[in-house]
Amino acid sequence: MIRESAYTFKILRYDAREPGNGPRFSSYRIRVIPGLTVLAVLLRIRDEIDGTLSFRSSCRSAVCGSCAMVINGKIDLACRTQVAAFDTDTIILEPLPNFEVIRDLVVDMTPFWRMYDKISPYLIRQSPDPEKEIPQSEAERARIDQYVNCILCACCYGACPVPSREADYIGPAAAAKLERFVLDSRDERPAGALEVVDDEKGVWACDTVFRCIDACPKDVRPTDAVVGLRKTLVKGRFKRLFPGGEK
Amino acid sequence: MLNHDILIVGGGLTGLRAAVGLCDRFNVGLISKVYPTRSHSIAAQGGINAALTNNPDSRDDSWEKHTYDTIKGSDFLADQDAVEIMCKEAIKIVYEMEHWGCPFSRFPDGTIAQRPFGGAGYPRTCYSADITGHVLLNTLYERAVAKGVKIYPEWFVAALCIEEDRCHGVVALDLTRGELIPVAADATFFGTGGYGRVYQHSTNALINTGGGIGMAYAAGAPLKDMEFVQFHPTSLIGTNILMTEGCRGEGGFLFNNQHERFMQRYVPSAMELAPRDIVSRCIQTEINEGRGFDHPLGKYIQLDIRHLGEKKILERLPGIRNICIDFIGIDPVLEPIPIMPCQHYSMGGIDVNERCASDIRGFYAGGECACVSVHGANRLGGNSLLDTIVFGKVASRTIAEDLPHLAPPDEKPLMRLKEEVEKKIRRLTEPGREKPYRIHADLGAVMNEKVGIFRTRGELEQALETVIGIKKRYRDVGVSSPARHMNYELTGALELEYMLEVSHTIILGALLREESRGAHFRTDFSTRNDRDWLKHTIARRGADGAPVISFKDVVITRYQPVERKY
Repeated sequence: MIRESAYTFKILRYDAREPGNGPRFSSYRIRVIPGLTVLAVLLRIRDEIDGTLSFRSSCRSAVCGSCAMVINGKIDLACRTQVAAFDTDTIILEPLPNFEVIRDLVVDMTPFWRMYDKISPYLIRQSPDPEKEIPQSEAERARIDQYVNCILCACCYGACPVPSREADYIGPAAAAKLERFVLDSRDERPAGALEVVDDEKGVWACDTVFRCIDACPKDVRPTDAVVGLRKTLVKGRFKRLFPGGEK
Repeated sequence: MLNHDILIVGGGLTGLRAAVGLCDRFNVGLISKVYPTRSHSIAAQGGINAALTNNPDSRDDSWEKHTYDTIKGSDFLADQDAVEIMCKEAIKIVYEMEHWGCPFSRFPDGTIAQRPFGGAGYPRTCYSADITGHVLLNTLYERAVAKGVKIYPEWFVAALCIEEDRCHGVVALDLTRGELIPVAADATFFGTGGYGRVYQHSTNALINTGGGIGMAYAAGAPLKDMEFVQFHPTSLIGTNILMTEGCRGEGGFLFNNQHERFMQRYVPSAMELAPRDIVSRCIQTEINEGRGFDHPLGKYIQLDIRHLGEKKILERLPGIRNICIDFIGIDPVLEPIPIMPCQHYSMGGIDVNERCASDIRGFYAGGECACVSVHGANRLGGNSLLDTIVFGKVASRTIAEDLPHLAPPDEKPLMRLKEEVEKKIRRLTEPGREKPYRIHADLGAVMNEKVGIFRTRGELEQALETVIGIKKRYRDVGVSSPARHMNYELTGALELEYMLEVSHTIILGALLREESRGAHFRTDFSTRNDRDWLKHTIARRGADGAPVISFKDVVITRYQPVERKY
């Protein structure tokens, strides 16, 4: 037999339509079986107890990136976080930081997608397409592996200390996406394409405190991307200063 | 009122591919109820079929062989002209996706890697580790961004506007603003995905309600072959998260509680790589006959990939390993994976032809929400990602051709429909009514128990009666809040009505089809009957609200139906 345990879920509520009603916590006491995820409990709360509770969800298997939030102080996907993972029977849920709240745990992701759009997040080719595939070695494919895994959940953006002081910061995910293409052996973007991140709002704003790496549910290391892009930018500058000096 | 030449509903692979093919020449708008990268295409793991002949064991492969495997896999219910289009186009679209940046896994010679999959004569499934859907969806979204496709993310389509066999557009709810907005379009295309969530146990995302299929049907578009529901052999017990066919493609075994590779008793030639309908029935039979393992969450069979070794698992199936660790606390490098079959895919859907055109002028559909039909009675693994992109592309061609001949949409029926949706929402937000989740749960349970892998007249009749009863209960369903922004209880309740319609057509089709073909297995009619049933079922909504079933011939070009043996 599976035994249920009682948990208290405290969820930060806010509706941008009703600012006068201020942010507040709602508490829900619920009995759950072990092995249940935070998302599964959220769905039960919305279904059975409080239909006004608002949060995003889709794949429930940590691949779509919908349900990033703060769970007992840690940023993660609700769908892959086990309720039993904490040494407490109280689970506190808050919306992802660095974003405006629309309603409850649903935040306005517009700034995140704006930065994504800004870095030209697609393969750029100058050469004509071959008849078959563009050849790529296994080693070349492996170089982009970690960045390919990004699910755009914005856990990294929520964990990053920079956006709170620099609202136009490019952010870890967009940097990782850019590096994914810069490192792709098939990509032929002109060197100038990196200028978009070459300022105090770009990769130079990063504090390199690795909070994005801690927060990533897919083992992506956005700081590697930031450092990689900085190196590429510096190399490019040297090339411009001493043309022909480097072979 | 918004206006577009072409309105695309659905931000998954099909919708994005259609948009990318049209946005240069026309005023295109794409509505998606989630951010496009959250679409369920993202969850596809194993791969996409195309006869590239990159694998050393597939040098003799061809698109014709791919065509035949698909037709045989479909138990000869697929339309053969459409299958030919898909398998021929497969090679082009895989290269196209690669040219657009898709990071496929590679063979040592630098070509796209291919693995074996069920029901296929050659290893022709192109993949990127076990995240093939993820890389394809990201690539197409990237292409859509590059081309500047106008996207309306988190807009929920509440109803489709069809009057007098002409489609005028949709009425949508902007979830952020909470506003109901009519969207007029010369051509409307649905790439809205499958209906997995009408079943209690499904590998599908929570958003896969089949709302698009149900609203097309409710608006007057016919559905095809709805009784054909794919049950995937290997879903993780408890959460029913998909464990890709790639696990078996890479060499994984299935064991019962006698530690027997039981597939050798059923299909010794194909073993674990028999097509999905067959493997699911074998697993369910093992469980039904007491050879499953016991678990607090149900009975299961073991999927064992330990012998592949840690290196290969980390390289080819890293996502599977992470899912197992995160969701059931098992490392498949060290322990077998507990699996059970469950609902996975909708072979049936909106009735369209090989051009993705429906009978309704100005209304088109593709991908899982549509039934072309290329999968017939059973889809082969690796053919659904293929279907989504090929028919997204086909639809873009068709719509470009048809657009000059389509009359502009009429705003009056759209305004009338908006009023109807307003009324519906007001009714749903009246106080003191039954909560939607109870109805959803009862629906899921009856579909699971009585419209599953093994079907019989008695149970299907009970299911029919239950669903008709649930439809009555739906009239009294209500949600907690009249707020319209980010009110997921409300959008769920709106979709629930469509889920009931979809379920009704599945059950009725299954009840009428007195034979066993592909994924539709009737224990009371256990063989295929080509004399009476080599035909598609077409469901239209009748005047009393119940489906009316008619039939359509299967298109047979080169391959006469023969007994399907593996």
